[in-house]
Amino acid sequence: MAQRCLRALAAGGDRPACAGGARLAGLLGGVLAAANAKGAELPEDRADALFHLYDGGGVTALGPAVLIRKSLFDQVSLTGSYFVDMVSNASIDVVTTASPYHETRKEAGFGLDYAYHDGLISLAGTHSKEPDYTADSVSVDVTQDVFSGMTTVSLGYTRGWDTVGKHGSPRFSAPANHWQYRLGVTQILTPRWLMSLNLESVSDDGYLQSPYRVARVFGAAVPEHDPSTRTGHAAMLRVIGDIGSRTSVRALYRYFWDTWDIRAHTVEAGYSRHFGDRWLADAYFRYYTQDHALFYSDNFKIEETYMSRNRQLGTFWDAGPGVKTSYSVGRFASRFDIKVDAGYQWLRFKYSDFTDIRTGKLYSFNASVLELQVSATY
Amino acid sequence: MNAGRTIAIGLMAAATLIAGCSIQPWVKPYERERLADPVMKFTRDPLSDKHREHVFDVREAAHGATGVQGGGCGCN
Repeated sequence: MAQRCLRALAAGGDRPACAGGARLAGLLGGVLAAANAKGAELPEDRADALFHLYDGGGVTALGPAVLIRKSLFDQVSLTGSYFVDMVSNASIDVVTTASPYHETRKEAGFGLDYAYHDGLISLAGTHSKEPDYTADSVSVDVTQDVFSGMTTVSLGYTRGWDTVGKHGSPRFSAPANHWQYRLGVTQILTPRWLMSLNLESVSDDGYLQSPYRVARVFGAAVPEHDPSTRTGHAAMLRVIGDIGSRTSVRALYRYFWDTWDIRAHTVEAGYSRHFGDRWLADAYFRYYTQDHALFYSDNFKIEETYMSRNRQLGTFWDAGPGVKTSYSVGRFASRFDIKVDAGYQWLRFKYSDFTDIRTGKLYSFNASVLELQVSATY
Repeated sequence: MNAGRTIAIGLMAAATLIAGCSIQPWVKPYERERLADPVMKFTRDPLSDKHREHVFDVREAAHGATGVQGGGCGCN
């Protein structure tokens, strides 16, 4: 049961997380010795079909996505996924410097999980392609139950290779490389409470800017120029607890910092409960805020080596509530448990140092995120 | 004196570590039934997680430590 509890988290795309330190090292030293010899459980077999929609700030992105997971021989589980983003882009960046456009991004992914004693080894790869950008990645994650299943420790590594192109310039091709290192621990605190701590470092190298975006110097547009290296770190703490009547509350906090001097905070709180045997409802609120990068300015006063007016690197906050409902339809063909999900989130983005040059006012916009999904577990 | 204090602190740290090794699991397997309920999962749907991660990744500077993997894109 312990392994089922914690392994279920991994099955949901969640990598149990953790922290270092001497106390933890001591704790793990003991629990490794105490770990029982039960076999680890693979993620549940499932098939999902999702329709997703994002609409806000002049951008509409929608499309289907599918995922299929199937286990083999009790020790191996294979995953395949396909994700499509059909984007209509008339964002403020686009309409003030170019013409609105439509394009499609397609991403294919595969995964293999191998259960060995109390551990799970996961290999995964993705290939993403759009007309002017391709991205490939491979990753390996190792998850181990220890301390009689009360603690799950995980380590992970991802290597990514991107190629940046440019519309109308077939000869333009620039590489961007990414390295991600993950460490995590999920801990059962009591029969009703769980917590997890995740740490991740990401190093980027290469062409990290946009070939289209411009910066402003005394109001004049000049090509943006970002540094070619960046290292960021993120630490996230999550807690979830059963408060009775098959109801739970959860909270998370993430702190992010990087070598571009960006500091960001993410806070989210949520509430989940069953209504009868078939309905499950979630409500949550997410808040995010960040400071601008060293080389970001709405309008530079002097020309500098590195200059960006990418509002993603500016000072802003976004926040909004979300809801999600799940309905268990029932069992079909004596084998497939069908579930239908619908989710909606409203978001408000407000920038502190990015001017809408059409109005002269600070820029802000609202957005909606919609998801409809049908799932079968078997 | 300083060396003695350092040694004392080191011994206390070592004692703490050894004490850590003696901690026993305090939530027994038969007490973990509530933790297996779907409402006790941090996340439940991998595709939904991936989409949500993507929505924020392309609009916010912060990323990582969420446990969701995905390919890069140039879709800002």
